[in-house]
Amino acid sequence: MAGNAYLRTFGKHWMKPLTLIALIAPFAYLAVLWTLMLTNTDPYIMGFNPVQWTHRYLGDTAIRVLLVTLAISPIRDITGWQPIALIRRRIGLAAFFYAFLHMLAYLGLDREWSLAKLWEDVMLRTYIMLGMAALVLMIPLAVTSTNGMIRRLGRKVWDRLHWLIYPLAILAVAHNLLMVKLIDGDPTIHAVILAALLLWRVGRFGLKRLKPAQAAT
Amino acid sequence: MIGKTKLLVRSRAFATKEDSEMDLKFRRNPDYQSLREEMTPERAFMDRRRILTAAGFLGAGSILGALPACSEPQQTPVPVAAGAGGHPAPGAALKAKKAAYAVADQASIEDAFTGYCNFYEFGTGKEDPARYASMMNVSPWEITIEGETDAPGKLALKDLIDYSKLEERVYRHRCVEAWSMVVPWIGVPMADVIKKLKPKSTAKFVQFETYLNKKEMPGVNRPSLRWPYVEGLRLDEAMNELPLFAVGAYGKALAKQNGAPLRTVIPWKYGFKATKSIVKIRFLAEQPPTSWNKANASEYGFYSNVNPNAPHPRWSQASERVIGGKGGFNEKRNTEMFNGYEKQVAALYTGMDLKKNY
Repeated sequence: MAGNAYLRTFGKHWMKPLTLIALIAPFAYLAVLWTLMLTNTDPYIMGFNPVQWTHRYLGDTAIRVLLVTLAISPIRDITGWQPIALIRRRIGLAAFFYAFLHMLAYLGLDREWSLAKLWEDVMLRTYIMLGMAALVLMIPLAVTSTNGMIRRLGRKVWDRLHWLIYPLAILAVAHNLLMVKLIDGDPTIHAVILAALLLWRVGRFGLKRLKPAQAAT
Repeated sequence: MIGKTKLLVRSRAFATKEDSEMDLKFRRNPDYQSLREEMTPERAFMDRRRILTAAGFLGAGSILGALPACSEPQQTPVPVAAGAGGHPAPGAALKAKKAAYAVADQASIEDAFTGYCNFYEFGTGKEDPARYASMMNVSPWEITIEGETDAPGKLALKDLIDYSKLEERVYRHRCVEAWSMVVPWIGVPMADVIKKLKPKSTAKFVQFETYLNKKEMPGVNRPSLRWPYVEGLRLDEAMNELPLFAVGAYGKALAKQNGAPLRTVIPWKYGFKATKSIVKIRFLAEQPPTSWNKANASEYGFYSNVNPNAPHPRWSQASERVIGGKGGFNEKRNTEMFNGYEKQVAALYTGMDLKKNY
């Protein structure tokens, strides 16, 4: 499991800034598209329903970035590529950023900035309730994502708190699955990927219990 | 090549003479089906059809571009009624008189109408129909009439729809997904056609069925809905003044992704109640099964009238996004009861709880 020596340090220095750029890119792209639309340079660049397109785009980005967050540990453990763990927190934070924008776009473009209307939707519609719950659960994780907070909480408490990513990822993918008219397409793929990532952890947990000495690396 | 052209010319002339003769007799005697059987024995009829198909294949302008081997001097757009089935090919100009049924709002831009569609036989994405529908063969086109009718049988499209009586109606189109368009449809009142099809007094419902072909429709290989697509109406709904059998929109014969060559338009119901590319009309004594209802009965009822007060279980129906306005950003508007057609259709539902009968 240790991987080769090259992988153990590969990308150690440039990984963090490069990830930051990659995580901002989807937002920059969206900003460009909206500018092109609103200036009438290319009014239909997002198709004929740009509002829905934007909702989906932000939601899909949030879920995919969240799935990438969850894929970091398996990749590190399987390949031995240690530095990849350096970027996990900022990827998780980006997932929150896109999920928050997703909610904000819904509130602004669909609910006329009315919190009352939003609350009505949350209470009435299961999939919105699930999505909102996932977003709310992300808040403590985002707030405690700084080095200072890790120090203040202590690694053990911090780890236990950030265990919340598992239930919130399930909520987010359930929100995604329930949104579509039929079980078809991307939401199903998201669900399968999440299931694989969670099963991997269950498997590893089981292995640890069976052979504690071996799995201690 | 020369031989083929000759055949084309001859069979076209033949078809034209035949058509006018048939139309005449058709007008005199609405019992068209038995008349046709008298005139042409079934086998001869079928053989002629096949020749017409082969010949028409050369004549269809839209297909020509894809078949350079069959180059023909004809460069100009296909004139009206030049398709292989004797009906206008998709995109051909149609003549229609403007009817009084027209909403005041600006019609959606045509690119939105042809580019943003739900036609799951070609895929579940909004752009899929425009991308894949060109594979669908819409000429010749026959519609089977069956069930509780005194005139069962098969009709060519040109014999079902009187292309000399087309009218244009600008209707609101409201999708169950809470978006809407304004569409200048071209067609004939559904009631007029149904009268010609002679439903028996036992017929209380009418069901429409969409064309199904696994080779031409990539979406049917996925288990999104059960195929073929079927929809239905109560017969009195179908006989209302509003529903259309549409063959065109925006001054042209329907594009394939919009349900060429024949579709229904029922403006006070959600869009999925319409049936595209119709191949079968069936009269029934009992309420027929309908595709979306079979897929998810708690979300899509048989009636599916546009109703801002009856929310979909997963979203509100109180407002809608208007697709295809000027400029890219799509504004919202409040959804009206029966999509604004309350005056014409409310009487159909007197005494019914429209929240229960959603």
